[in-house]
Amino acid sequence: MTITENKPTSIIGTRLLRREDPPLLTGEAKFTNDLNIPGALHLAVLRSPFAHARIKSINVSAALKIAGVVAVYTGKDLQSTWAAPMPCAWPVTADMKNPPHFPLASDKVNYVGDGVAAVLATNETASRDALDAIDVEYEPLQAVVDLEDALSDKNVIHKDLGTNKSYTWPLLVEETPGCVEEAFKKAKYKVKERYVQQRLIPMAMEPRAIAAVPQPFGGDITLYSATQIPHILKVMTALTLGIPEQQVRVVAPSVGGGFGSKLDVYAEELLCMALARKHNTPVRWVEERSENAQATIQGRGQIQEIELAADEKGKITAVRVRIVGDMGAYLQLVTPGVPLLGAFLYAGVYDIPKAYDFSCTSVFTNLTPTDAYRGAGRPEATYAIEMAIEALAREMKIDPFELRKRNYIKKEQFPYTAFSGLTYDSGDHLLAAEKAATLTDLAGVRAQQKKQNVPGATKLLGVGMSSYFEMCGLAPSRVLASLNYSAGGWEAATVRVLPTNKVQVITGTSPHGQGHETSWAMIASEKLGVAPEDVDVLHSDTAISALGLDTYGSRSLPVGGVAIALACDKVIEKAKLIAAHQLECAAEDLQFVGGTFSVKGSPDRALPLAAIAFGAFTAHNLPDGCEPNLEAQVSYDPPNFSWPFGTHMCVVEVDTETGAVKILKYIAVDDCGNQINPLIVEGQVHGGVVQGIAQALFEEAVYDSDGNLKTSTLAEYLVPAASDVPAITTGHTITPSPTNQLGVKGIGEAGTIGAAPTVMTAIIDALSSLGVTSMAMPASPQTVWKTIQEATRGGKK
Amino acid sequence: MIPAAFDYKRASSAAEAISLVSQYGSDAKFLAGGHSLLPLMKLRLAQPAMLIDIGRVKDLSYIKDAGNHIAIGALTRHMDVETSKVLHEHAPLLSHAAGHVGDAQVRHRGTIGGSIAHADPASDLPATTLALGATYVVQGPKGQREIAAANFYKGFLESDLAADEMLVEIRVPKMQGAGWSFQKFNRRAQDWAIVGVAAWRRKGEAGVALVNMGSTPILATSVAGAIAKGASISDAAAMASNEADPQSDLNASTEYRKHLASVLVRRALEAASK
Repeated sequence: MTITENKPTSIIGTRLLRREDPPLLTGEAKFTNDLNIPGALHLAVLRSPFAHARIKSINVSAALKIAGVVAVYTGKDLQSTWAAPMPCAWPVTADMKNPPHFPLASDKVNYVGDGVAAVLATNETASRDALDAIDVEYEPLQAVVDLEDALSDKNVIHKDLGTNKSYTWPLLVEETPGCVEEAFKKAKYKVKERYVQQRLIPMAMEPRAIAAVPQPFGGDITLYSATQIPHILKVMTALTLGIPEQQVRVVAPSVGGGFGSKLDVYAEELLCMALARKHNTPVRWVEERSENAQATIQGRGQIQEIELAADEKGKITAVRVRIVGDMGAYLQLVTPGVPLLGAFLYAGVYDIPKAYDFSCTSVFTNLTPTDAYRGAGRPEATYAIEMAIEALAREMKIDPFELRKRNYIKKEQFPYTAFSGLTYDSGDHLLAAEKAATLTDLAGVRAQQKKQNVPGATKLLGVGMSSYFEMCGLAPSRVLASLNYSAGGWEAATVRVLPTNKVQVITGTSPHGQGHETSWAMIASEKLGVAPEDVDVLHSDTAISALGLDTYGSRSLPVGGVAIALACDKVIEKAKLIAAHQLECAAEDLQFVGGTFSVKGSPDRALPLAAIAFGAFTAHNLPDGCEPNLEAQVSYDPPNFSWPFGTHMCVVEVDTETGAVKILKYIAVDDCGNQINPLIVEGQVHGGVVQGIAQALFEEAVYDSDGNLKTSTLAEYLVPAASDVPAITTGHTITPSPTNQLGVKGIGEAGTIGAAPTVMTAIIDALSSLGVTSMAMPASPQTVWKTIQEATRGGKK
Repeated sequence: MIPAAFDYKRASSAAEAISLVSQYGSDAKFLAGGHSLLPLMKLRLAQPAMLIDIGRVKDLSYIKDAGNHIAIGALTRHMDVETSKVLHEHAPLLSHAAGHVGDAQVRHRGTIGGSIAHADPASDLPATTLALGATYVVQGPKGQREIAAANFYKGFLESDLAADEMLVEIRVPKMQGAGWSFQKFNRRAQDWAIVGVAAWRRKGEAGVALVNMGSTPILATSVAGAIAKGASISDAAAMASNEADPQSDLNASTEYRKHLASVLVRRALEAASK
């Protein structure tokens, strides 16, 4: 037997096709609503058509007469069912106001879509018909829709709180007291900008779906849910329903996208579980699309004011930020924390002194609750600083790229301790930006722009860019503690080598489209020297994967993936002891290459992992004190966030006669450190960029002044399709993270963070000769046209 | 997304469909491709008690050269209109417009007759056939009658069709080499037009109709009249909204719609004049 001394070809970094795709593409994947559950009752929820109203009476008698209807419950009927209100896990300040929130409203509804009654029926059609037959008498109240109106407290939604303000969270970092104010006084250049982050509807392709199944022989209950967070859901539903936690099992079958909207504990999950226990029969529910628009959390919803102070060279000397955050009617799982996730990033990728003054006040409105949506706080922050730095460049009359170059944190400054005390692990902003400029042919485009954007031209070219940082890989548990978050940020992994040398990886991450099964198998394959197809990845079932903190915040790879690598290391350590015992050598003398242990210098004394795995199973010949089986478990708490970064650029052409914006080129240069599977990285970037473009050009949850959602179907809520977005050119730089052994950073949110400011700065650039200096999102043709009209009417005449 | 309860009958001929609709009256709705009706039913905005499925009526799916005009069976799918060689030759504006209806799935299921009978001012084919001076043939209990497209549209989703009548054929005059253009302005490729323009031009003659510029498809007779009198394209285009009464919605205010109409009519006439 010969052992090659050459390192086998690495599988990390290859474009292995996703093992998830065949079942998804052939329709074999089982989503929650595909589960065949005999005897299940169907839940339907009657929702408030008013944004703010008192419930005067509810008459369910006609609904009960419909064939197939088993029961109808109102909020009052179920009040004694709940051991606790619905959870908010992020009380950001000690005095944060949090109104009690139950799965069904009892006395008052607070947004259109608030649950009022629950129907159980033997079939879905009867449950739907019953909703039409329930008679609710409402006394409509004045709705609070506008954020500034909410701030004024003229009309307080939750009377017991006495105010619409949930909290104010300040972050003031000053080298010396008063230095921010002083910096603004001394500044050669100043800009003050105001931006509105419109509300967005996450619109996962699979709406939410739930099935709660009580086990026939015992007290336990299984919750199947289209969720991102089976582990958190298990804890939270147990607490809210008062069920001993060990009796709750949560399973997330195939899940069709989340983007944060399935990072929550929802009323329907609690209703299905409570009613399944009450009726001792399975209860299931699937959300309709328009219901999804109203009753699943929404994202963004902020008014931002940002001020920059700069010296004569344009070096930023202070940053001041004021945010008003729209919480919606209630606090969901992490609603109040979303602005905090952006609080540290309003200085972007720039080297600023300790002169940073941030404050966020969050208010209740009579609208659907908001919560984390792809990027959660960080796209908002990046948008503000990137738009503001362009405004500063306009003020200084210099090229915005040049201004960025003067302010970038330099490569040699990493690891960089930021004003906030956080350490940015690694980065090379200039390299990524220059690569983006090359891929864009920036010089060529600028030349073309000069030729094309002449007076009277109706098709104007514009170039936009944004350089971003993402604070992701949530997160070091101690840092989360300092932000008052109620859980940690670790992740668990188990790696088990079966007797036949096949491998089970059990992860606490919970994929819903990201391709974890493929990527995690690649990590284990690389580590253990087995083929990736010999690695099975088990997840999203708390009976199999008991420990975990699930998937959000671009955490799965830099926390969960690293946990798997560490568990593999532990397995290898144990296997090495067994190998040393059987080869009768010292463990230090062994090397492990390509799945085989061999004695350094005498390659014929070797033992493959397969033999050790079988030996660990038979346990016939193990060293003294060595337990049988080859398995290791790890709970990994990351020492730092991971800080992916990059620069995006795009070229747009604006039709000034119609206001239509066409993206001619989109370039994304992202750096997420080492890439496990570039194909998956590109997929994440593509999807993220499209979601960012969607915010810039297409999507907005539009409410009227009574709080009615005007965009509750996909005909009005404009999720762009493939035909509506440009081809995306992806480039990347690789700056490995020094904080984990894989050198990886998260990539799930990067595209979304980079894209919106890139598109918006391009539009403003295109229209700058007309005097346009700002543009609201989404930059719909009508908005663009009106903005041009106002600029040209106001300025040039 | 579950419609209210309804009954369902399938007709195998136009005559059977008409006899069924006579029997059930205004509670009944014809179901052809289903791409307008079914979404309304799923949202429970339409709750017909009886659906009469004409999707399998034979002999109403055809495109024939009938001398001066092209005869198109009402159940001809958009995709067949889009790809028809006969239409490419004699009414390219119509086949081109059919290629802009919804997305590929919609075009494979939706029918030209369904689209016209639904009389949605935001649909592409009502305005396009209107611009082309088409005639619609409808069949009722007493036989067939012809209605000029210009007399067919009565109000929002309302047409001259009686409750017991069915659209059976669309007759489109041959374009005889006229220049043409179809301008569809929307935010996503699959959407209804915010404003659309179907236009043709032959020397001093022109036909222009507008999509989504009022409660019905609009024939822009002022524009055509101005062209006939020798006005410049931009002067004629300025009259684009003379016959229109556009609504305000999320995508466009009345003012913006009128502005778009004049820009798009100008562009359409310029393209049609090349």
